[in-house]
Amino acid sequence: MEMVATSRPANWFLAFYRSALGKKTVMALTGIVLFGFVFMHMAGNLKIFMGAEAFNHYAEFLRAAGEPILPHGVGLWMFRLVLLTCVALHITAATQLTLQNRRARPIAYKCLDPVQLGYAERTMRWSGYLMGIYIIYHLLHFTVGTAHRDFIAVNPYHNVISAFQFWPVAAVYIVANLLLGMHLYHGLWSLFQTLGCNHPRYNPWRRVFAVTFSIVVTAGFLSVPIAVLSGLVS
Amino acid sequence: MRLHLQIWRQENSSAPGRLVKYTLDDVSGDSSFLEMLDLLNEQLVGKGEVPVVFEHDCREGICGACGVMINGQAHGPSARTATCQLHMRTFKDGDTIQIEPWRSVAFPVIRDLMVDRTSMDRIVQAGGFISVRTGSAPEANLTPVPKGDSDEAFDAAACIGCGACVAQCPNGAAQLFTSAKVGHLNILPQGQPERYQRAAGMVARMEAEGFGSCSNYRECEAVCPKGISVDWIARMNRDFLLARLKGL
Repeated sequence: MEMVATSRPANWFLAFYRSALGKKTVMALTGIVLFGFVFMHMAGNLKIFMGAEAFNHYAEFLRAAGEPILPHGVGLWMFRLVLLTCVALHITAATQLTLQNRRARPIAYKCLDPVQLGYAERTMRWSGYLMGIYIIYHLLHFTVGTAHRDFIAVNPYHNVISAFQFWPVAAVYIVANLLLGMHLYHGLWSLFQTLGCNHPRYNPWRRVFAVTFSIVVTAGFLSVPIAVLSGLVS
Repeated sequence: MRLHLQIWRQENSSAPGRLVKYTLDDVSGDSSFLEMLDLLNEQLVGKGEVPVVFEHDCREGICGACGVMINGQAHGPSARTATCQLHMRTFKDGDTIQIEPWRSVAFPVIRDLMVDRTSMDRIVQAGGFISVRTGSAPEANLTPVPKGDSDEAFDAAACIGCGACVAQCPNGAAQLFTSAKVGHLNILPQGQPERYQRAAGMVARMEAEGFGSCSNYRECEAVCPKGISVDWIARMNRDFLLARLKGL
């Protein structure tokens, strides 16, 4: 009989992560953090409808978050670090799971006809990777400013308006946010399954939750470029 | 009716396979899918050719032996129907039907449409049992079971282990099968002593067999001939996470 090591694994998290279900759990938990972030981001964006002063004041508040306990900007960087860690974990786990899934069926079907697979589910991987590229562009565009034609660091309101008045940029944002909406729709429902939140009484609400919040987040994000394009905000 | 068949033929697990075309006449709409294959095999034997190997046993949807991919869907187009229960009246005269074996790294093809599913048996061996004292049968009402729980346990226990969930899953995951086998014991009082070892052990075995991971596509639920719900997957995930938190 082969001897099996029974000692406790040195690193509990690594042992947990080695399992596909562990990776799924990491995806669900980081997904919750990222969903919380996009929801707050969307709500903050709506400040643009209250005018330049309110919007720029909100942006400055974000930089000053955590003061006076933390020095200026440190709170924001801590927040960014958490988000970047979550994004990195989310993408790494998704990639590892995708590769594992490919290995699970080395010989493909000549014909596989999905019964009820929806568009959001089919495009989950691609919408995810496209979102990663979009995030890099978005940061270079509005945070760093190198991808912006007329960037003024202290005037985010101006940066948003001048960017979206050029329709191809607005179009990129609109398409990216529609992708985000679909990604959220499948992700928000899936995380309940992955984390084992299941009860006959509350199960129908999981779908309602996913539909509601993916629509609210997408509509909120889309409202900004659409409002600028239509001249509602200038 | 006349049917054009495209059937996967493969000599053995290491030989390369290919789709072979056959035309079959006078197929009755009242025959089952397997009877249609029987008809084809009779003709092949008559012509001195090697018949198509496919697995079957009870032919009434309870043994789980007979699954094949029919036009890209596990057990064919009818919901909650095993291949043996599929009537040929589901198809029209002149239809082309493509038949392939289940495809999974954990289900190697033995020959033609027959695959080796002992990987599923090994998952069950890793925890799909309860500890009972041997000896004379205990008094039947000694362990009270809530009616709702016993009904749900029966829903999960209806799993016939056919492998359609794995076959249809774009990821080749065995989550629905494993969760049904974990769940029908974990929901009952008799299954409580090994509850968390069972979830941890069977999930570990499932992953070691090379099955894919669950992306919540719910294709498994759609093709399951017994209508097993993906709710069982959530329950298994919960027990697995709790097992890990307990250090199992």
